Amino acid sequence: MKRFGLAVILVYAASFGVLAQEARPMADDPELEKRLMKLSQELRCLVCQNETLADSQAGLAVDLRREIREQMKAGKSDQEIIAFLTQRYGEFVLYRPPLKPATYLLWFGPFVLLLVGLAVLYKYVKQRREMISDQPLSADERRRAQELLRSKPGKEVT
Amino acid sequence: MTRYVIPLGIFVVLVAFLAIGLGRDPRKVPSPLIDKPAPDFQLTQLHDPSRTFSAAEMRGKVWLLNVWASWCISCREEHPLFLKLARSGEVPVYGLNYKDKREEALRWLQEFRDPYILSVADTEGRVGIDYGVYAVPETFLIDREGFIRFKHIGPVTAGVINDKILPLVRELNR
Repeated sequence: MKRFGLAVILVYAASFGVLAQEARPMADDPELEKRLMKLSQELRCLVCQNETLADSQAGLAVDLRREIREQMKAGKSDQEIIAFLTQRYGEFVLYRPPLKPATYLLWFGPFVLLLVGLAVLYKYVKQRREMISDQPLSADERRRAQELLRSKPGKEVT
Repeated sequence: MTRYVIPLGIFVVLVAFLAIGLGRDPRKVPSPLIDKPAPDFQLTQLHDPSRTFSAAEMRGKVWLLNVWASWCISCREEHPLFLKLARSGEVPVYGLNYKDKREEALRWLQEFRDPYILSVADTEGRVGIDYGVYAVPETFLIDREGFIRFKHIGPVTAGVINDKILPLVRELNR
């Protein structure tokens, strides 16, 4: 029985090989491939917009990776390749939008919100503190409080 | 009073932003190619692979470049509109057959009829990349000087042709 179970598991595991795709040739140059992966992780696939160009299997992503690979082989720098892509697809392809007046709100907005939040919090806390210190205990209230503190727990003081 | 007005104000602004965001199509990426020179290409013609066609030949004319493929389902949706546009003779329509097999593309044109003056075969999709194509069908309007004046992503509708493309064609032809 044990053997049978093992056999079933092995056959099942082996069947995954059918699903697996043949390993794609890592090009001739693993160094270049690494650079390609690194760069394409910074780039958005336009077909499935929440995937990077590195992850996407969309036809266009495959073509763009081929294009980038060729340009890298031709000695183009990452900067030149990014310029090539933004000329065609716009800055939308960049996951890290460039810093320029149109993106100031995007880059600094969260920090501005944080500062506003801190300012509001500061004002609120300060206001509360003033509210509390504005009403010191009167001599009579102080005496009563002292009495309450001195009394034994569990006994009512009237 | 302000303790109710301020949250209400923030709420209204948030709802307004969300409403605008909902109304926009995130798939429509603004093309940086508008008002830029149309990238030139030299590709073989679909019907006659011994001949080539280049965008530069269209200098002096206002024309439409429609990116299509036989595997593209929404191309069928816009196809009758291009047939009608071709019949009207208002603007010449050229086809960029994108990442397609020649036999299948020809069969498709035979089945649905051919509105294009000619189609060129971009088998590898390289010209598509130059034009920033990412969702077939796409349509470009190119002016006499070879500048892209308008781009539509996805199937065109009668509204797009009548309200955007044709008025712009008339204006550019003036």
